[in-house]
Amino acid sequence: MKKNDSAMMMDVDKRVRFDIERIREDFPILHTLVHGKPLVYLDNAATTQKPLHVIDADQRYYHSQNANIHRGVHYLSEVATFEYEKARGKVKNFVNAADNHEIIFVRGATEAINLVAHGYGRKFLAEGDEVIISAMEHHSNIVPWQMVCAEKKAVLRVIPMNDEGELLMDEYEKMLSPKTKFVSVVMVSNSLGTVNPVKDIIKSAHALGVPVLVDGAQAVSHMKIDVRDLDCDFFAFSGHKVFAPTGVGALYGKAEILDRMDPYQGGGDMIESVTFEKTTYNALPYKFEAGTGNIAGVVGLGVAIDYVRRVGFEEVEEYERELLAYGTTLLSAIDGVRLVGTAREKAGVLSFVMEHVHPHDIGTILDQEGIAIRTGHHCTQPVMKRFGIPATARASLAFYNTKEELDALGRGIAKVKEIFHA
Amino acid sequence: MSAINELYQQLILEHNKSPRNFRTIEHADKTVEGYNPLCGDHYTIYLNVKDNRIADASFQGAGCAISKASASMMTSAIKGATVEEVESLFQKFHAVVTGKMGPDPDVEDLGSLGALAGVAEFPARIKCASLAWHAMHSVLHEMNDSPKTIVTSDTTE
Ligand SMILES: Cc1ncc(COP(=O)(O)O)c(C=O)c1O
Repeated sequence: MKKNDSAMMMDVDKRVRFDIERIREDFPILHTLVHGKPLVYLDNAATTQKPLHVIDADQRYYHSQNANIHRGVHYLSEVATFEYEKARGKVKNFVNAADNHEIIFVRGATEAINLVAHGYGRKFLAEGDEVIISAMEHHSNIVPWQMVCAEKKAVLRVIPMNDEGELLMDEYEKMLSPKTKFVSVVMVSNSLGTVNPVKDIIKSAHALGVPVLVDGAQAVSHMKIDVRDLDCDFFAFSGHKVFAPTGVGALYGKAEILDRMDPYQGGGDMIESVTFEKTTYNALPYKFEAGTGNIAGVVGLGVAIDYVRRVGFEEVEEYERELLAYGTTLLSAIDGVRLVGTAREKAGVLSFVMEHVHPHDIGTILDQEGIAIRTGHHCTQPVMKRFGIPATARASLAFYNTKEELDALGRGIAKVKEIFHA
Repeated sequence: MSAINELYQQLILEHNKSPRNFRTIEHADKTVEGYNPLCGDHYTIYLNVKDNRIADASFQGAGCAISKASASMMTSAIKGATVEEVESLFQKFHAVVTGKMGPDPDVEDLGSLGALAGVAEFPARIKCASLAWHAMHSVLHEMNDSPKTIVTSDTTE
């Protein structure tokens, strides 16, 4: 395994064309045995697994590159700073932003949204203003807005959805008014899989001069992102959902709007000058990156992005579309299984419930078969309420999953029915 | 028997399907809610206590098979018992499902509750089995009879 970087890059290039067997070889954890059975990892919406490239990068960073960034004049500090800023460029290209300084490194989607709720919401919202979110938001795109709305006496409004799990766009259009000051919506729902028409949502909001944040946490591993084509004002995502380490993510923001915002946290790196009387803030993006961040994580995110780009989103989208269709047909055909979230546009998620069997029990029985799914409300309690269910069982996909694994899921569900006589 | 069949044995499935004492008690002496925010299991436990004895016990709510069967068996087991007997049953049950009694605990004195011993093999499910018990236990020992308490079985169990 010890080769120099350029030899490794060549290996990578050869390794990563869309060949499912080879792709699976890149993810060592996929070869784990769970209760004596091959792991079937279908919990990718919670977090994705990491390819060797990312694992190696983490090792390499601490082995030979570690130092604090933007601070030292010494060799290692320059290496670490270079790697960190190189990753920013990769993220910029990944979401097709105009400029590196529009990319702010954060802990993840949650922190990105909090940063905007705090830095924009607290500065610009006033009493009676309205913030619009949707009925299928993750708690992380509900609670920060609730908090800032409560503080500013602003009103939180919610775009409803139909029984398929599709947003009612007419209702959204009606909701928009001169009172609307911000819109924050999820691109792909983590509990339903719905792909929302965010471009239309943004267009309508912009007609009234209202900025829009897109929560892209579940989108980034499934589809190509182009923030300039979307014309979103903010785009938030977590590294760990796109094959990078946990504890790192990015916020894209249009420079002109980031410039007008207040910093999120105060501390080192985010300042230009400090006296006890007054502090002036650093330029973008450093104004929003107070303190020492997850440098190794940022480097790993850059490597993960290289990896998925080499696999190719066209290939990924096509492969996953087929996989999702296969899983949808398979689950729909099982007596007593009902899919929750049947939107026309979906990505990556198969949420379901079973007659007479609670999702929690489904999860335990599947786990004994080596199958990892998530059960519960998936941090979307309002979605569960909307569908009148306490929880769902959720199988969620990544491009390293296979039809054989979905067949295993089908057999696992048969076992659930057998045990429960359902 | 495999661990999974041990967990979902007949008696548990039967209590899940037809839970005992699955009703409300009007004007119960004690009412308490047990809620596990992680999985959404949510029950209300009703107790009537007369002369230091559980005169009646019942529950309502929804959740997984383990939590429901456990609540069902618990209400059956504590009916008629003294508060002290309930206390020692709680301690014993808790020790068994958290695995503190070792892999093959003597569950003779637990009666049908012994069927839940298999839960100890499934750390993620222990809190399901103990949810109703924690709720019942907390309200039984409450000094003031506040009408409603919400109890969450802690996740570290
Ligand atoms: C749609 C969506 N938004 C936001 C988040 C929060 O991501 P994180 O916990 O990585 O900050 C998630 C994670 O599950 C998500 O699915």
